[in-house]
Amino acid sequence: MSAIICKELCKTFHQGEQVITGLDHVSIEIKKGSFTCLSGPSGSGKTTLLNAMGGLDTPDSGEIWVGDTRLDTLARGALADMRLHNIGFVFQAYNLIPVLSARENVEFVMQVQGVAKGERRRRSDEVLAEVGLQGMEDRLPSQLSGGQQQRVAVARAIASKPKLVLADEPTANLDSKSAAELMALFESLNEQHGITFVIATHDVRVMGYARRLISMRDGLIISDEAQQSHSMVV
Amino acid sequence: MNVTAVLAWRNLWRHKRRTWLTVGAMIFCNILLVFLISLQLGSYQMMIDNTLSAFSGHIQIQHSAYNEEQKMYQNVPAVAQLANTVRAALGNEANVAARGVAFALASSEERSFGIQLAGVQPKFESQVSTFPGLINHGRYLADSHAPEIVIGAILAQNLKVAVGDELTFIGSGLDGSFAAGVATVVGIVETGFAEVDRAVAEVPLAWFQEVFAMGESGHSVVIRLPALDSVEPAVARLQKVLADDPILAGAGLSVLDWNVLEPGLKQAIKSDMVSAWFMYAVLILLVAFSVLNTQLMSVLERTREFGVMLALGTRPATLAKLVGLETFVMSCLGMGLGVLLGGLLSFYLSYSGFYYPGMEEMAQKFNLPDRMYPQVSLLSLLWGPAIVFLGAMLAAIYPATRLFGLRPVAAMRAV
Repeated sequence: MSAIICKELCKTFHQGEQVITGLDHVSIEIKKGSFTCLSGPSGSGKTTLLNAMGGLDTPDSGEIWVGDTRLDTLARGALADMRLHNIGFVFQAYNLIPVLSARENVEFVMQVQGVAKGERRRRSDEVLAEVGLQGMEDRLPSQLSGGQQQRVAVARAIASKPKLVLADEPTANLDSKSAAELMALFESLNEQHGITFVIATHDVRVMGYARRLISMRDGLIISDEAQQSHSMVV
Repeated sequence: MNVTAVLAWRNLWRHKRRTWLTVGAMIFCNILLVFLISLQLGSYQMMIDNTLSAFSGHIQIQHSAYNEEQKMYQNVPAVAQLANTVRAALGNEANVAARGVAFALASSEERSFGIQLAGVQPKFESQVSTFPGLINHGRYLADSHAPEIVIGAILAQNLKVAVGDELTFIGSGLDGSFAAGVATVVGIVETGFAEVDRAVAEVPLAWFQEVFAMGESGHSVVIRLPALDSVEPAVARLQKVLADDPILAGAGLSVLDWNVLEPGLKQAIKSDMVSAWFMYAVLILLVAFSVLNTQLMSVLERTREFGVMLALGTRPATLAKLVGLETFVMSCLGMGLGVLLGGLLSFYLSYSGFYYPGMEEMAQKFNLPDRMYPQVSLLSLLWGPAIVFLGAMLAAIYPATRLFGLRPVAAMRAV
């Protein structure tokens, strides 16, 4: 079963008169429950591909399917709903709402989904405990370390029980210990809940966790390999 | 409280100083509006009172055609008796006086001038008009039958007469006969209105009726009431009194309220209101721009945050609602505190009154109240602030609509 299918995706960016190729006829299939890393240097197209998979950006041509839904033809509102209910995002810079506590950050997405207050509270406390932040629910992002903030971001991403989590350089701002803890958390969520993870990274230690490693350069997939997952060396 | 409300509230206090400056502008504007509108309504009340107390009163009973065309024959029969009936019908609260009016040529030894001569009841006239209180030389009329006259200061100057001098009148009587009389000047009045001081004189009603062959008739029964609110019920009561009396019902009389008697007064108030609202509109516009500036800044500096929210699946309309909610909270604070402080100030002054330099002298000179009293009502408390509230909410529309143009990826790249 496929979680994501990309067919012949093309995306170009214009910088003045210069045309930059973000994706060059990229085709890829991500299996449900898989743990995949997109790797490559800056500008290789991994974030562009991740954004396209998450419906954050639209390709110039090609098709993107998430489950049974074709994303590239959806209207903005439907795309927003698709992201809200089916995809969890983890960003490099945590991107938490600074004036909301850890619990409120997690609850926010559920509130937009229309989840009832009691259920929101129960679920947010549950996922915060799952990511190891029990007792820190009422802290503001500024009162948490980088690793803790990223855990809140993960809790926010999985609170609505998505089948797919897309993470863009999730360890880039973390120290080695926090990065290892985060990857262990991803691995555990993947194994225990069957959540499909696609992680864009250029950190070789993160790549070690992937069971499938896709390398990109200049908007092209240059290698696509299955591999044995192994823990990151701290 | 739901998370959106928490978010809106906390977003406001991210930049406390900026929020307080905006809310402060709203509070200041609302205090000013509540006070100025209360003062405006109070001054209209005063303006109406002053105008009506000068001569016309709140209500008059006249011949139906008299207000349009002041002819001697369009009169009220047994006018003093009708005044007594009205007094009995309206009770102690109402002040009532009968009058007759004629046009005559007044002559002194040296000069002659055309004047409007009013026959009044000396005992009751001071209760319906400020005219008797404006005597600055001599005294007011005392005896209803005495050949006495009170004239305006300019007329006295023009005729070159003083208290104690005699004036001769020549006019036309009710029956078309030649009417003439001689009266002694007992008082000189200075109202401050040149047209009144130049051409108005008062004589006792009984003597007036005798000179102008009026019999028992006059031209109006003037009624002064304690407040404008009493006018409508009093008019209804008087109409019933006239209708129920077979003699009065057939006399062709009308009950006219101050709107009919002084049509220019309401027009003047309307014009003043329009010009005042022009000033208020400028004030409200400034506050609306302040809100626009604050919310635009607030939206621009949170572009990245909004990008994240969009990426997570929040619809732009939800974000626009968030901005709207923030503006709503600010506007509520501004309105609540503004109305409270403005209301307290106006309420206090509505009891203590206030005056500006020179007002006391003017009041003394023209026999007017020496203090202004703002009139606090639900209208004066909420009218202005409600428009400020609306203006602030409208000002938030532009910043909110910008959110509909945001794209998640581009917004998240914003610094």
